[in-house]
Amino acid sequence: MTLEMRYLTARYDVPDAHRLEVAERHGAYAAARKALTQMTPEQIREEVKAAHIRGRGGAGFPMGVKWGFLRPAPGQQVYLVVNADEGEPGTFKDRSIMERDPHRLVEGCIIACRAIGAHRCWIYVRCELALAMQRLDEAIAAARARGYLGPRPFGVPHEIEIFTHPGAGAYICGEETALLESLEGRRGEPRLKPPFPAVRGAFGMPTIVNNVESIAHLPDVITMGGAAFAALGRLPGEGGTRLYGVSGHVKKPGIYEAPSGITLRELIYDLGGGMLHEDRPLKAVIPGGSSTPLIPASLVVHAPAPSHPLHAWHGKSALDVPMGVETFRALGSMLGTCGAIVMDSSVSMVEVARNLMRFYAHESCGQCTPCREGTGWLVDIMDRICEGRGRPEDVALLVDVSNDMMGNTICALADGTAMPMLALVKYFHEEFLEAVRGGARDRRLDDSTRALVGGAP
Amino acid sequence: MAFALSPEREQLAAQILTRYPDPRAACIPLLHLCQQQHGWCSPEVIDYVARRIGVSTAHVLGVVTFYTSLFQKPHPPNVVWVCRTLSCDLRGAKVIQEHLERRLGCRPGGRSKDGKFALKKAECLAACGGAPVVQINDRYYENLTLAELDRILDEIAARTAAVEPSEPRHQEPDAGGAA
Ligand SMILES: Cc1cc2nc3c(=O)[nH]c(=O)nc-3n(C[C@H](O)[C@H](O)[C@H](O)COP(=O)(O)O)c2cc1C
Ligand code: SF4
Ligand code: FES
Repeated sequence: MTLEMRYLTARYDVPDAHRLEVAERHGAYAAARKALTQMTPEQIREEVKAAHIRGRGGAGFPMGVKWGFLRPAPGQQVYLVVNADEGEPGTFKDRSIMERDPHRLVEGCIIACRAIGAHRCWIYVRCELALAMQRLDEAIAAARARGYLGPRPFGVPHEIEIFTHPGAGAYICGEETALLESLEGRRGEPRLKPPFPAVRGAFGMPTIVNNVESIAHLPDVITMGGAAFAALGRLPGEGGTRLYGVSGHVKKPGIYEAPSGITLRELIYDLGGGMLHEDRPLKAVIPGGSSTPLIPASLVVHAPAPSHPLHAWHGKSALDVPMGVETFRALGSMLGTCGAIVMDSSVSMVEVARNLMRFYAHESCGQCTPCREGTGWLVDIMDRICEGRGRPEDVALLVDVSNDMMGNTICALADGTAMPMLALVKYFHEEFLEAVRGGARDRRLDDSTRALVGGAP
Repeated sequence: MAFALSPEREQLAAQILTRYPDPRAACIPLLHLCQQQHGWCSPEVIDYVARRIGVSTAHVLGVVTFYTSLFQKPHPPNVVWVCRTLSCDLRGAKVIQEHLERRLGCRPGGRSKDGKFALKKAECLAACGGAPVVQINDRYYENLTLAELDRILDEIAARTAAVEPSEPRHQEPDAGGAA
């Protein structure tokens, strides 16, 4: 039996599924029609609550609960904003939805707009995704021409218009308040919270910001009913299937739909086809996008207390813990986007640290001193370690700088930099010390990495 | 001379402005539209967008400088973005970059000897499962090999008109009133 399931991805392999007639022949818009013509907004919201969707954008907030925070004052508009900025390294799932089945996202937006009382929806797409943007624009135009959008979608007097909005190359615009700043035409600098977007979001109005995949699950929630959708997941409170990504040193990198709560072992060895090179075992895996602390292959769950959330896995490999929001937090990591980056025994963790820290230093918006300075320092330290100029105190300094970045900033980018850095040093302390002593070798550039791209050894 | 959009793009701009309750939200979409035509966000483009949405040029300039895909300088007709984030690096992105540097004769941030290509380093392009990845203009090239990359570059170079060394700015044939 295979782990893969086909709900969200049901039309992924249907040729031309991005075209309305094809998508519709394969079931598109039946759920939106049902939601608009047979259900009240409150009934839709109840099903979504029962579906136990944990937000797929990385933070894992329960979707139904977030929708419940909306309390628009009389006369206020409510807006839906879909986060299609997909920038978290290791994450490439939302792009597949928009390119391969854009009508699923449009249908999800219609259902969400009706449920939360919104008449306008903006999909904020990172501008590099030109094909996704084009497919979405075409899908929106086709749905509108068919009367599924506009003043009376499916004949129901609840006006809905959906627009795409391009980003312009800035990872930070994936953070929901930076995204709203960018949507409003400004620099993508995160806002102080509270107020949260549900109270004061786009254009000063109560706004729901959801990830593409979160929204794309809605047609299945309506078709199956929330409870049945939730039951597809393997963990209580974390319902449905979800899209897993796997990249790096596996045989079959890609996007796979499987139940919430599969294990990293299943993701790497079953869905991902196992390690790329037979003679190079797994060294570590970043479970859900680069901001989630990595998990070394050797990590064993230590949870002797019966009250510990991971007690059931006490003494087992961390690779056998179900991937859930709560379980992975208890493991000292995070579930994130479920975009796993797999690294084999050839990889230098010092080089990994340098690669990731360069990313965050480049992408910090610079508003908060601990983040702006801290990411810069981390790069400086990693550069000198990697270039053989490391100082004896550098490893401790990495820890100090990371700790100083935590909890003191406007948005979570600083934490998302510091936590993976701390995990790298914690689990591969010896490797960092060795690098400081002897200079790091660039072990990624061995013959077989060169061979992967067909270069001469 | 003031910047103007071509008639088709002007129509698109008018349509974009209707999408928001506040015209200022059209800032980035309009900058993209102008850049498509003009090749970069010149002072004239910035001035045009500022007037169109009713903000100061300083505001629009602040936006342009924040985002890496909005160009502050004229640049070659083709932009090659090589992803160097982790998943791509694990699958040979450094080798790809070195090959590009040799072939184009420039470092990231520079332009090729023939003036047809700019080389830039990209952060994760949301295509990690197809690593290593290079984006050239609007297209992604995934699971690249060096041979494949050479073939793609040959093809693009062949269909790019020769660039005059003194006039590196790219203009599409249908460009409306240029600066
Ligand atoms: C630095 C940073 C980058 C983020 N990038 C993304 C992103 O690219 N896509 C996304 O959906 N959420 C991203 N998020 C999470 C969003 O802020 C937000 O939680 C999410 O869009 C909510 O949708 P959900 O509840 O459906 O997951 C990011 C958060 C931070 C702090
Ligand atoms: S934490 Fe970093 S990215 Fe976030 S607002 Fe502060 S400086 Fe900007
Ligand atoms: S790391 Fe290159 S596309 Fe994600």
